[in-house]
Amino acid sequence: MSDGNYAVIVENLTRQFGTFTAVDRVTFSVRQGEIFGFLGANGAGKTTTIRMLCGLLRPSSGSATVAGFDVYKEYEKIKQNIGYMAQRFSLYEDLTVKENIEFFGGIYGLNRKQIAAKTAELLDYLNLWDKADQLTASLPLGWKQRMALSSAILHDPDLIFLDEPTSGVDPESRRNFWMLIYELSARGKTVFVTTHFMDEAEYCHRVSIMRDGKIVELDRPQLLKQKYAAQSMQDVFMKVVNGAQL
Amino acid sequence: MNAILRAIISKEFRHIFRDPQTLIIIMIMPVIMLFLFGYAITLEMRDIKTVIVDHSRTPQSRAFIEKVVSSGFFKVSAFDVPETAFEDIFFRRSARCIITIPPDFARSLQSKTNTSVQLLIDASDPNAANFIQKYMMQIAAQFNFENNPDLAMPFTIEPRIFYNPDLKSEYFFVPGLIAVIILLISALLTSIAIVREKEVGTMEQILVSPVHPYQIIFGKVIPYTILGFADSIFVLIVGHFWFGVPIHGSILFLLAALIIYIFTGLSFGLIISTITDSQQVAMMAALLATILPTIMLSGFIFPIPSMPLIFQYVSKIIPATHFLEIIRGIMLKGSGLKELLTQVAYLMLIAVVFISISLKKFSTKLE
Repeated sequence: MSDGNYAVIVENLTRQFGTFTAVDRVTFSVRQGEIFGFLGANGAGKTTTIRMLCGLLRPSSGSATVAGFDVYKEYEKIKQNIGYMAQRFSLYEDLTVKENIEFFGGIYGLNRKQIAAKTAELLDYLNLWDKADQLTASLPLGWKQRMALSSAILHDPDLIFLDEPTSGVDPESRRNFWMLIYELSARGKTVFVTTHFMDEAEYCHRVSIMRDGKIVELDRPQLLKQKYAAQSMQDVFMKVVNGAQL
Repeated sequence: MNAILRAIISKEFRHIFRDPQTLIIIMIMPVIMLFLFGYAITLEMRDIKTVIVDHSRTPQSRAFIEKVVSSGFFKVSAFDVPETAFEDIFFRRSARCIITIPPDFARSLQSKTNTSVQLLIDASDPNAANFIQKYMMQIAAQFNFENNPDLAMPFTIEPRIFYNPDLKSEYFFVPGLIAVIILLISALLTSIAIVREKEVGTMEQILVSPVHPYQIIFGKVIPYTILGFADSIFVLIVGHFWFGVPIHGSILFLLAALIIYIFTGLSFGLIISTITDSQQVAMMAALLATILPTIMLSGFIFPIPSMPLIFQYVSKIIPATHFLEIIRGIMLKGSGLKELLTQVAYLMLIAVVFISISLKKFSTKLE
């Protein structure tokens, strides 16, 4: 379905808000089945980039193809073929677990039968059967996050965008969440994830680091650590970001 | 109906039925307003506290006092208070008016010269003062007529009051309440419901799905349309059967007018939701831009012809102004489309303008 072996191809993508350039001629591509990490300090342009790729925001210039579709013309098709989970919470707290799944299945156009099947599958997988009729608000944060991800991919997309999915949860929940990401990757899904936890960056196949709207590094974590003679991605990140101030 | 729309609508109903705040606004507010306006607030005054100082002490003066008291408008709270205490009476609000009958009252009545009775009114509430003056002048005219039949009265006015012969304020308020309640639900609640999703972040989750803007709009708007409609029918039923407000005209025409009016309210709600990002601001904006003008400037309480000219023009762009003329016309007078064509045309024009603005703003905002 995607163009060759790439799920995302971005060339010179730019977005300006007035005179401020949030994303400045960014170029990269993401292979199918890859876990692609998108790092950067707050305000570096990560979320703006992701929003352009998801069809939530029109780029000012440049080109991008997502799941084989053009972001300018075919954003409707992009929406049909991607999953997206935002950093802010995207479940309805006043609906039960089941009702949330029903709703998200519904807006992706699944029919009743498909929704019932998906609900069962999901509740099995997350081991949430005994909480299926409880309000989502009563779930622990870590479970909510895994549930939010599962709800975002009910329609079985091949490409998944996660915008700071693990902010605000404890390390164990983050590990569980990443196990879920790995499983998706093992099933051939492409995962595009932004994070500000550098230990999570180590789990990615490749990471890019954004600074002031530009991509300043893009490679495997291993190679980046060698290049900067660093022990961890944390050190790499500090060196890259501090480089700006030199 | 398509499945996506159905999913959004059923979710919206779940939100409404699980949110006590919204439920109260939808179910309790109309009842409270109805009974408040129906019982507590009336535009007429009764038992106005009155002080009477009778310097005449004659059968004539007592007959006059009897006339004043038996009218039901005035209730004597004190007799023959010294003049030095008058100011204190108004300060302590122990009476709103003081009637002083002069010593020569009876004599001058008989000698046919002009007789003055003093009436002091506390006009810190000018509206009430106005009422008191009018009531008292009526009583005095009647008294004159009965006691001085040979006093020439060139003509009298014989009023016959149409459409609301008992001048009941319920007749006035029940149709008006429908206008306010619909606006409350359609503009206030819809804008809050949309802005809440923006605030929580779920709107983004919906926008990134293949849902069309029109499906979001209709999914949000249809539940509130149904509720607003149900509420206005409830108010109509209570107004008709409990307060005895008649519905002389066509109910079908009334329902059609309701729908147009609901659309203007909803599109206003949508406009508000596109320009605000927090529920608080949305609520303030909805109150300022819709509810307040509707209550103050549409003729709901205060008659439009008595407003300053500029507000009379402002009232023309308030949908409730036209809707009120329509609903009062249908309910109280039995007017039909022919008589209310201008108002219906105005309302439709406003509806079309609002809806096109809101659809345009809403869909560009989503881009």
